[in-house]
Formats: sequence, C-alpha cells, structure tokens
Amino acid sequence: MENEIISFIDYSFAYQNSGQRALENINLSIKRGEIVVIVGPTGCGKSTLLRSINGLIPHMFQGEIKGSVTVDGLLVQESPVNELSKRVGLVFQNPENQIFMFTVERDIAFGLENTGVPRLEMKKRVDEAIESLGIGHLRYKPPYELSDGEKHRVAIAGVLAMKPDILVLDEPTSLLDPRSAMDLMKTIEGLHKKFGMTILIVEHRLEFSAVIANRIVVMNKGKIVSTGPVREILAAEESLKLGVGIPPITRLHMALKDGGIELGQTPITPKEFMQNVRGKLHD
Amino acid sequence: MISFQSVGFVFQNGTRGLHDVTLEIGEGITAIIGANGAGKTTLVRHMNGLLVPKLGNVFVNGQNTRDATVAQLSRMVGILFQNSERQLFSNTVEEEISYGLKNFGLRDDQIGAKVDEVLSFFDLSDYRGKSPLTLSGGEKKMLCLAVVLAWEPDFLVLDEPTIGQDSINKERIEALVRRLASKRKGIIIISHDVEFLWNLQPRVIAMSNGSILADGKASHIFSKRRIIQKTRIVRPQLLELSTILETVSNPFSSQDQAVNYLKDLMNKSPLKTSA
Repeated sequence: MENEIISFIDYSFAYQNSGQRALENINLSIKRGEIVVIVGPTGCGKSTLLRSINGLIPHMFQGEIKGSVTVDGLLVQESPVNELSKRVGLVFQNPENQIFMFTVERDIAFGLENTGVPRLEMKKRVDEAIESLGIGHLRYKPPYELSDGEKHRVAIAGVLAMKPDILVLDEPTSLLDPRSAMDLMKTIEGLHKKFGMTILIVEHRLEFSAVIANRIVVMNKGKIVSTGPVREILAAEESLKLGVGIPPITRLHMALKDGGIELGQTPITPKEFMQNVRGKLHD
Repeated sequence: MISFQSVGFVFQNGTRGLHDVTLEIGEGITAIIGANGAGKTTLVRHMNGLLVPKLGNVFVNGQNTRDATVAQLSRMVGILFQNSERQLFSNTVEEEISYGLKNFGLRDDQIGAKVDEVLSFFDLSDYRGKSPLTLSGGEKKMLCLAVVLAWEPDFLVLDEPTIGQDSINKERIEALVRRLASKRKGIIIISHDVEFLWNLQPRVIAMSNGSILADGKASHIFSKRRIIQKTRIVRPQLLELSTILETVSNPFSSQDQAVNYLKDLMNKSPLKTSA
C-alpha cells in the first residue's frame, strides 16, 4: 500500500523468559495521516505494540520475534533506535517521566540538542512547538511549577520539536481532569490539522479520544480482536463484551435501536444524538 | 458518622490544604470532586488520622482523631488509594487478605472464616493460593477491595477507583458500591469520572482550593455552571441530554428513564416519513 506508514505482518513477540507471547499474530496497517485509538484492558499488549513501533523492541527489550514490523519503510528489527526515534515520537503516560530540565524551553530543546540540530534551526523548531501548543507563557518556567495538563503539553512540545511523522500518546488523559482531557484532545486535533502527522493514542476510555479519531483498534490478550471506523466499533455488540468504554449517549442510541427506534448515524456526543432526534421529529 | 468541625490544615511548605471545612458524612454514597490540588486527598487523609488538623477537629464515630492511632481509625475507615494494586506484596492472595487481619489481632480461626467469606464475595476463590501478581488488572483491583473490606470498616474511601479499569470492571465496582450502600456502610469516592458517578447518583461534595464549594445531590451539583468550571469536570452525557431536552428539573438518572422519555416523545410527535 503506497500511503501506508506502519505495517505489522504476522507479528508475534514473547519477552525473554516470559514463556508466553505478549503479542500474537498481529496484522495491522496504518495509513499516513490517520488518527487511530488503541483500546483494551490492562495487560492486553498495548504497550508492547507501541514498543514494537519505536524500536524499544527488540533493541531494549529482547525476546522472540516472528513476522515483521515496518515503519516508514524501515524494518524495525534491523533499524537503529535513533533512526526510528526521528520518525516516531512517544509521549509517556506520565509526563513527569520525560520532562526534567530547569525550564520549559530547555526541556523542549533537549532532543534537538542531542541530535545535533544547528542552533538557528533549533530555535525555530522550539518556537514553533511552543506556539503550536499555546504554552508561550510557560516558556521560562520550571516544569515542577506546572499543572498536570501543562506538563502534558510540554512533553508533547518536546516530541513535536523533533518533527516526527508519527506521534504516539500512551494514555494521555488518564491523569487529567475531564476539562484538561478535552482541551488536550482539541490540541492534538489542531496539531493533526496543521502538520498532518499520523497519530496513535492508547486509551482505556473513549469519551474524549473517540471524537477526534478515524479508527479504533480493540486488543485483548495479545491479539487484535476488532478494528474499524470509530462509530462502527462503538455500535458493535462485541465491543461491550470486551469492556470497551462506550459513551453513555452511544449506549442510549443502541438501546433505542433495540426497541425499534432507528435514529440514524451512531452518535458520540449528546449534540449529535439530538441532531438525530430533531431530524426525525421535524419534517 | 465522620464529622469535620471547622477543620484547617496547612502543609509544611505553607500550601493551604484545607480551610474551615465543616461537614458530616454518614452511611450511603458520597462523592468528592474537585480539580487537581483542590484538597480531596487531604480531606480523606484526615479520616483515618494520616493527617491531623491544625485547626478544628475530626471525629470518627465520636472518636477525636487526635486521640487515636491510625490503626484504630483504619478499622473504622478503610482507604483504598489510587494505584493500590502496586502495593500488593504477599506470596498468595490468601496471605494478602490475612495480613491486615493478623495485625488487628484476630484469631486464626476468625481470619480463616473471614478470608473464605471475602474470597467468595469477590469471586476470587480460585486464586486463593496464587500470587497476587498473576492476577489481571481488574482482579488486582478487586483483591485490594477484598483486603480492605475483610476487616469490615464502617466507611470505605475509594480514591479514583475507575482509573485504568475497563468498562466491565467499572460495572463490577459500581455494583459493589451499591451493595455496600445497601448494607448501610458509608462509601466515599474521590473521582473525576463523572459518568461513573452519575450512575450512582451520590451526594456530591465539590471542593476548590481547600474549601467546600458546594454539597448536594448529583443532579443539582452537576447542573451548576460555576461548579463545573471550578472543579474542571464536564457534564455527564445523560444530564447534558436532559438539559437540551429541557427535562433538567427531573434529569435522566438512568438509561431506562431516557429510553422511556424518548419513546414517548417519538410516539406523540408525528414522525418524519420517507414518503
């Protein structure tokens, strides 16, 4: 496929001495510019999947591999981590684990300094990352003075400055209050519009990420159990059985459907739901 | 009954923890909401003596927390902190549950009976001799709950119990909370998860900057724009739907209610036809 950026082909992985496969026969193709949400219960293999994309597997975590993972034309097993990390930017679940300099500005510049980016280019990229995330007012602050939502923005800015083709966010909203989670999703949507990068979001809950995603991948016990457009997955009966967090308004829509009231496209927000209702009521 | 009387608390670095907090919490479900740093965890730490007020007093079942040890208070108020799964340390599920009971000085036969009871209550009997570390994320959460509930505290405090849990586990936690409430226990839940809270329809205490901002029914607290902004939550979806449909004086507290209302609405109004 020409516009494919990530491709798992018959990929399995078992951590050394674990005796069982963390990932089992994964086949997954992600297109350039897609926003994909990966969901599934704790221990389902989400983190292993991410590590297989940025090269931490097999270069840091050794084990038994079958099949292959290709990222932007590079076979991950045979490519050095520094090459992969230019393409894949990972934002950790807890941003505290990746911001550590004395000021926000220095923190954002850290990756660039270490990859030998020339000074003028560095300044330009830091400015751009700061502007994209709307954190100009935090520029000279020490990271420990920031709120959780602000720390997340700084961590993303640091990754963004590296200009990755693929932005990977590991449970970005789990530590945030609902308002900050919504704001962060809007920020990510804005970055996607501006730079058109491919975005992977690993999440337990969907009420925030579903709104901006194109596609959902559901994982369970090391396997991909279903994948498809957001609304299709949310409306599928098996998603509920797998513990996927279906928004209450989507559940209401499905309950009405079961009772013989067909309202049209599966909604994710109350506003969408009401559009459906009004469409039926007023001729 | 847990009773706070004009409680003030300041951290060693000068940060205000609590300011003039007066409230009473009895049986039933009480939710505590608030932005990060609002004082939610500081409040609950006063309930088992982990923190002692600088000003005012806290009483647990009539006992002033100043005059009791954390162990004594913990028997009445069990607290399950966020990420409590990471604190599991015993070799087997059985030992994990027995540990607290031994420390409270129960006899072996009492401990054995208690372990049997909670294992079956939590559907964990098959795991009795297994290492807690081999359980799934959801099972670990249930084990942590089992450990605390084994000593039958009058109050159970849950700090963000739904973080990292899938929807099946959330429903199990919800069912457990209801069951405890029906046994006249007091359950205090710190949470940002408004959808989870909305299902339980608890009393809600909203905190901001170490003070009580509001205290009342979920339908009332979650409807107030000022409280929503200050606590940085978003409205639960069924409540938002009620607002749009102008049924907010009696909002949908369950999916069934919403289904019935909408069925009625559809039957009364002429439906759009394809013709």
